[in-house]
Amino acid sequence: MRIIGWVAAATILVAAGGTAFAESPGDPAAVKNEDGKYLDKEGNPTYKIVEGTVDWYTYSGYRRYHSECHVCHGPDGMGSTYAPALKDSLKTMSYGDFLGVVASGRKNVSSSQENVMPAFGDNPNVACYMDDLYVYLRARANDAVGRVRPANHEDKTQAYTQAENSCMGRK
Amino acid sequence: MRRLLISALLGSVAAVATGGAFASDELHKMTQNPKDWVMPAGDYANTRYSKLNQINASNVGKLQVAWTFSTGVLRGHEGGPLIIGNMMYVHTPFPNKVYALDLAQDNKIVWKYEPKQDPNVIPVMCCDTVNRGVAYGDGKIFLHQADTTLVALDAKTGQVAWSVKDGDPGKGATGTSAPLVIKDKVMVGISGGEFGVQAHVTAYDIKTGKQVWRGFSEGPDDQILVDPEKTTVLGKPIGKDSSLKTWEGDQWKIGGGATWGWISYDPELNLMYYGSGNPSTWNPKQRPGDNKWSMTIFARNPDTGMTKWVYQMTPHDEWDFDGVNEMILSDQQIGGAPRKLLTHFDRNGLGYTLDRATGELLVAQKYDPKVNWTSGVDMDKNSPTYGRPKVIDQYSTDKQGEDHNNKGICPAALGTKDEQPAAYSPDTQLFYVPTNHVCMDYEPFKVSYTAGQPYVGATLSMYPPPGETNMGNFIAWDGKTGKIVWSNKEQFSVWSGALATAGNVVFYGTLEGYLKAVDAKTGKELYKFKTPSGIIGNVTTYEHGGKQYIAVLSGVGGWAGIGLAAGLTDPTAGLGAVGGYAALSNYTSLGGSLTVFALPQ
Repeated sequence: MRIIGWVAAATILVAAGGTAFAESPGDPAAVKNEDGKYLDKEGNPTYKIVEGTVDWYTYSGYRRYHSECHVCHGPDGMGSTYAPALKDSLKTMSYGDFLGVVASGRKNVSSSQENVMPAFGDNPNVACYMDDLYVYLRARANDAVGRVRPANHEDKTQAYTQAENSCMGRK
Repeated sequence: MRRLLISALLGSVAAVATGGAFASDELHKMTQNPKDWVMPAGDYANTRYSKLNQINASNVGKLQVAWTFSTGVLRGHEGGPLIIGNMMYVHTPFPNKVYALDLAQDNKIVWKYEPKQDPNVIPVMCCDTVNRGVAYGDGKIFLHQADTTLVALDAKTGQVAWSVKDGDPGKGATGTSAPLVIKDKVMVGISGGEFGVQAHVTAYDIKTGKQVWRGFSEGPDDQILVDPEKTTVLGKPIGKDSSLKTWEGDQWKIGGGATWGWISYDPELNLMYYGSGNPSTWNPKQRPGDNKWSMTIFARNPDTGMTKWVYQMTPHDEWDFDGVNEMILSDQQIGGAPRKLLTHFDRNGLGYTLDRATGELLVAQKYDPKVNWTSGVDMDKNSPTYGRPKVIDQYSTDKQGEDHNNKGICPAALGTKDEQPAAYSPDTQLFYVPTNHVCMDYEPFKVSYTAGQPYVGATLSMYPPPGETNMGNFIAWDGKTGKIVWSNKEQFSVWSGALATAGNVVFYGTLEGYLKAVDAKTGKELYKFKTPSGIIGNVTTYEHGGKQYIAVLSGVGGWAGIGLAAGLTDPTAGLGAVGGYAALSNYTSLGGSLTVFALPQ
């Protein structure tokens, strides 16, 4: 579980570093490929879709989203009657803020509405897949993937598998 | 008036059987008075049937709104109000307010209860912060709060008489279900199937709130309250360690089997009935075995909790087909002989009829023709697979394995029916069933368990059956033969509890917000009115000042508010269906309110 702790810690640092609330996530164009993980010019994770084939992170993010997140945030990031549409939220939310909210949760309690997002920082099913979720939702926010399961995807790399296994505490 | 007879019979026997002055004796008597609506389903048999007939098939078209009441809460409003004499008790989703309204004083608020609860419980609730209503007994109103506090309120003043904690929200246990008063006890079930809770039904003393017994859905015999010799499954003794043997290692400790559905009770047999939900996780590969007694109909003795019989509908669940839906008790003839029946419309798409005294399986048939994961239940008593559904390999998410996307499974995880209770009319001897008409793709994968965190392990997407545009049906069902008598298409899932009446009218609500009245014999629509928000509440009727009223909570949300608010999966996704799946948000918006109808003066 060390990696989860690391993700959460890094998250808080990043979140604290970026003061802007509605900081734009910037140009999603991928400029770099690190073992199947694509990065934009700021060095933040992003998607790469070539002729309908999505990168592994977008695909993995789709799967994890529809297990862990859709129960509140609706299918395909479309929102529900009680949680925001992340395909919209991710238009204005930075990578750092995203990590911060997922790891630490968020409360939005007023006299008429009570929206509470739990902290997923120590839930490996979410914490080990933060970048996957971000990349998928970033692709949704930019209309790069539609309301469908990505039909074709790049293979899972060995580096990814190793990191995943160690994060999930598997041998 | 066949029902009168049956009720009278049940009543007299109950008096003999119990012999004491239990709260339920008073309650049972109160259910004989159709002017009141004293328990969530109207009566112990969970029929949701009323003898009132002032509003009937010939005049229901003239129905008008008599009065309305805003609950001040925006989340999904399940359940419905209780009506006792001049008083109406209206509950809300989190923060779980209860209002007592005086019908004799222009519906003035006599008291209001609003608990202080830690909002951290909100995201632990699987699918919206719903609550399915309060119970009445011994001069008290019982509320099962989101944080699992069961609280007893003085029905006259709203003062807290006692309160008790039923579970630990820190581990994912939450309260959404309506309690039921039986004898001198309050029965309550718990939610948390998506969080690996070892779920249970618990009996609390009605005077003090002290725990009397607790029966778990899975675990050792002394925890699930079974007698290896006397408790039966399909007529045979259950045997020792019936649950433990069907789980790997200690997995039963995080086994789920939530109990958030409705409870019913037969005073004559002195048995209470309810169903248990899905085993945790949704990834079947991770929990080999039948995972007993998840997905099971339980018949328990309410005095001790001891189980009389069980029947597991979906052994080793592979689709999240919770077995929590209501058990409706009726007395009908099968094969020329009078039978005490229990009818249950399961999430798995099968309508079951059992003998409620013995647990003998009589009928198991699909109540949506699109159900495809099974070819049916083995009804051969001599077969080694007697009582088990035959699973089609193509739709077996276990056989296909982890990381395989199983396409086109019908029904979807929300089931052919979810918690929205059906009604039974002894006049027509038909069940009126609000249904979902939705299929899914389901892909299980490995997850790890963390206490208090979701423990799901499957990706799914939902859509109407290929070639169809309606996502719901409202059907009439013959429980003796297992056949659909008539079926009305609805654009969205019907997520509202039905009401059958002696006026030959059946009522239900729709997700767009319509309250609808249909002819009980033909299903012909006789009336509709669009309430302020989508309806996931249950329709209720009562009489006050010589007038019959129909009441329903609107306030869209619940699980229906998840997928459907966004519209289901894109219809262009290769299924070839045409239009019609427009998002629910184009039809309605949030807001809890009670709308009450009556005939014009």
